[in-house]
Amino acid sequence: MADTVVGANPDPHASGEDPNRRDFIHIAAAVMAVGAVGALAWPFIDQMNPAGDTLALASVEFDLTKVEAGQQVTIKWRGKPLFIRNRTGKEIAEAIKDDTADLRDPQTDEERHKPGKAQWLILIGTCTHLGCVPTFGGGDYGGWFCPCHGSHYDTSGRIRKGPAPKNLAVPDYAFLSDTKVKVG
Amino acid sequence: MLRKGFILAALGLAFVAGPSFAATHPEEPKGVHWSFEGPFGKFDQAQVQRGYKVYREVCSACHSMNLLSFRNLGEKNGPFFDDKYKNPNDNAYVKAISKDYQINDIDSETGDVVQRPGTPADRFPSPFPNEAAARASNGGALPPDLSVITKARPQGPQYVYSILTGYVAPPAGLEVPPNQHYNPYMPGDVSAFYKGKGHVPAGGFIAMAPPLEANKVTFDDGTKSTLDQQAKDVVAFLAWASEPKQTERKQFGVAAMVYLLIFAGLLFVSYRRIWKKIGH
Amino acid sequence: MSGHSNYEPKTGFERWLDTRLPIVRLAYDSVIDFPTPKNLNYWWTFGGILAVCLGIQIVTGIVLAMHYVPHVDHAFNSVERIMRDVNYGWLVRYMHSNGASMFFIAVYIHMFRGLYYGSYKAPREVLWILGCVIYLLMMATAFMGYVLPWGQMSFHGAVVITNLFGALPLVGESITTWLWGGFAVDNPTLNRFFSLHFLLPFMIAGVVILHIWALHVPGNGNPTGVNVKSKEDTVPFHPYYTVKDGFAISVFLLMFAVFVFFQPNALGDAVNYVPANPLVTPAHIVPEWYFLPFYAILRAVPDKLAGVLLMFGAIAMLFVLPWLDTSKVRSMRYRPTAKLYFGIFVLACLVLGYCGGRLPDDHVIGNLSTFQLLDADLNSMVWLSRVAAAYYFAYFLVVLPILGLTETPLPQPESISAPVLPANAPAGAAASPEKRG
Repeated sequence: MADTVVGANPDPHASGEDPNRRDFIHIAAAVMAVGAVGALAWPFIDQMNPAGDTLALASVEFDLTKVEAGQQVTIKWRGKPLFIRNRTGKEIAEAIKDDTADLRDPQTDEERHKPGKAQWLILIGTCTHLGCVPTFGGGDYGGWFCPCHGSHYDTSGRIRKGPAPKNLAVPDYAFLSDTKVKVG
Repeated sequence: MLRKGFILAALGLAFVAGPSFAATHPEEPKGVHWSFEGPFGKFDQAQVQRGYKVYREVCSACHSMNLLSFRNLGEKNGPFFDDKYKNPNDNAYVKAISKDYQINDIDSETGDVVQRPGTPADRFPSPFPNEAAARASNGGALPPDLSVITKARPQGPQYVYSILTGYVAPPAGLEVPPNQHYNPYMPGDVSAFYKGKGHVPAGGFIAMAPPLEANKVTFDDGTKSTLDQQAKDVVAFLAWASEPKQTERKQFGVAAMVYLLIFAGLLFVSYRRIWKKIGH
Repeated sequence: MSGHSNYEPKTGFERWLDTRLPIVRLAYDSVIDFPTPKNLNYWWTFGGILAVCLGIQIVTGIVLAMHYVPHVDHAFNSVERIMRDVNYGWLVRYMHSNGASMFFIAVYIHMFRGLYYGSYKAPREVLWILGCVIYLLMMATAFMGYVLPWGQMSFHGAVVITNLFGALPLVGESITTWLWGGFAVDNPTLNRFFSLHFLLPFMIAGVVILHIWALHVPGNGNPTGVNVKSKEDTVPFHPYYTVKDGFAISVFLLMFAVFVFFQPNALGDAVNYVPANPLVTPAHIVPEWYFLPFYAILRAVPDKLAGVLLMFGAIAMLFVLPWLDTSKVRSMRYRPTAKLYFGIFVLACLVLGYCGGRLPDDHVIGNLSTFQLLDADLNSMVWLSRVAAAYYFAYFLVVLPILGLTETPLPQPESISAPVLPANAPAGAAASPEKRG
């Protein structure tokens, strides 16, 4: 825009002034116009990010005594399902046995739960393929099975078969006491 | 019905605003200088903290603040903002405040109504479960919600301060109905209750008894707890609560004005140069 | 558009595109090369300012619609959520609410400029009427937008305005029920107002395109009212008017920013921060400032139907104006008598605005009680607005038709380039002043 001002649109009454100085004012004005639009663009983009009240509700506390051994409870966290699974000794043993198997997304079972809490597996319940919710206890490995495109997860939530690229994600969480966790 | 929520608040105003036909005008609100006035005005954090204490210990017995959450107290420019906690939900002080409140909730197992300690994400609980209960406890009047009170009245901060500090003994000849109090800053019309001579006194009746008195609240920072101080502090808190983002807004505004001034100046020079040789 | 285009495609791609969709040519001809009279003053920058206003309202409005909930139980709180929790929500909302006022300030100046410089006269009647359509759409949009926050003034404003249609004989009641979607202003009303408030700005944008098209056929008028005679009289739109409009826009934005950042609620009514309550009407119900003159005309008439008709008639005047003004001289610069009447007309509009914001029985001068004339004291807002309203209509129906036939205009310049008469020429020699009647 700035160079059309003096270049493409020749001023019939061109002045004898130093053209560089004239250029500078026009360019500076044009740059400030672009800068103003740019600076104002950010608020209009940022408004689509999570609002204060949404962020405030982003953590939940859960009482583990509600989950029987060998069962899972699904709660909603940040709009997504959260699997809280109370694993049996047999399921834990199977998961540890497969630590050395040929895994697509290699991780040991130890890395997927809090130290000393092997019984409790807490995972984000969305398939890493395209976000469907896997069903509990299904599939070839006794973990989860995703009905959408047939991904099989083992009892540690690791991907074993099917199109999904990653293991079921482990959210940030902490044990507040032996029976209470805080997720997020 | 959810609608009750706002009918509740609105009826409150209706009662406070009193009869529509204002044959007499209330006194002009008292002029007070506030630290948060003007383009560079800011809240005095200690004052807003004291104001919160006044609200907590006095006003909140009857007045809700439905739009406020505890986390707001720890947000930037809020009364309990601390640089250590960028996320207000982690603010230790805010957590402690919210824990003091009991919040109604539903037990996710049994479905029973239970009470649990508050979290920073919770809203300030209402003092009454519904409008009828609020009216029953306040002689038929509904205490208005205070969330945006200083924006919802002309000259809001001055008005609220004037009401709080403006109670006087009714002038001779004015009969004050039961459960009402005379306040010259209250809009309304007292002519029907005036038997005296001369002009009908300014102002109206208000159902709220004078809420503040000296030493009613003990300030933690040692500020002398006079009625005037309490009123000023609680108004500062209410003014902050009406628009928690106002300091941010003004700071953004000063930067925007400087930018626009430079921009306009440059454009003017550019304009003069381009038009220099055109005779018009 | 003169029909002749100076656009020359420079690159191969531009040539390729130009033979298929000459959109670059269109832009070049209408905003770069467009020959514009070189004597436009700052009153002519408001067209560009209005385009910016419309852009701001549409962009901020779309953003607000992402967060707003059009339901009676949630509308008020969702607006407060925008103010408190949405990132920069306060900025977007205050830009939108104050933007409406800025839009009207600019449109009123734009309209008064048109009235003064005779911009409605041949061959620009369609241009003027399209502008009146835009103004009507703006009023409808602003009214419905004001209802959305569902505060006390939103609600009772909606009640009062929709009840205006009830004044119509026979069909009135059915129309109001139809507008409400019920038996009072309620959730269905709020929902449809939201939908229409979203739609109308795009209709405005459409009419604006027609308005600009109609402008580009005869080209801009100018302060002298004399037609463009030669190339000497014009300059290309860019850079001359892009930079001049740009400067004016930046100054306008400065004023806008003062309101948004430092006085965001100064133009609104405090009572709209009280959630809507159908059971209680606020003590003093007033529309936003930009409707006050019409509100005053409505209240000046003691009959419901007549008041409504007169109010709509005030706007209808604008539509027929091109055929009411009989003067052959376009610009009032050369019509000293008309200038005086125009000045009084502006004053009458301001007085009407002032009356609209006061209670009808308020005194104009202090506590002075004069005598009762018909239904009200002579020293009351009612009578003041009656006088002003009478002048408003007389200006269109009496002054402009008659004055054009009887007045003696000043000599007009030969051309834009020679606006000043040669000092030694006898008055009236250079131009032929029209003296008729």
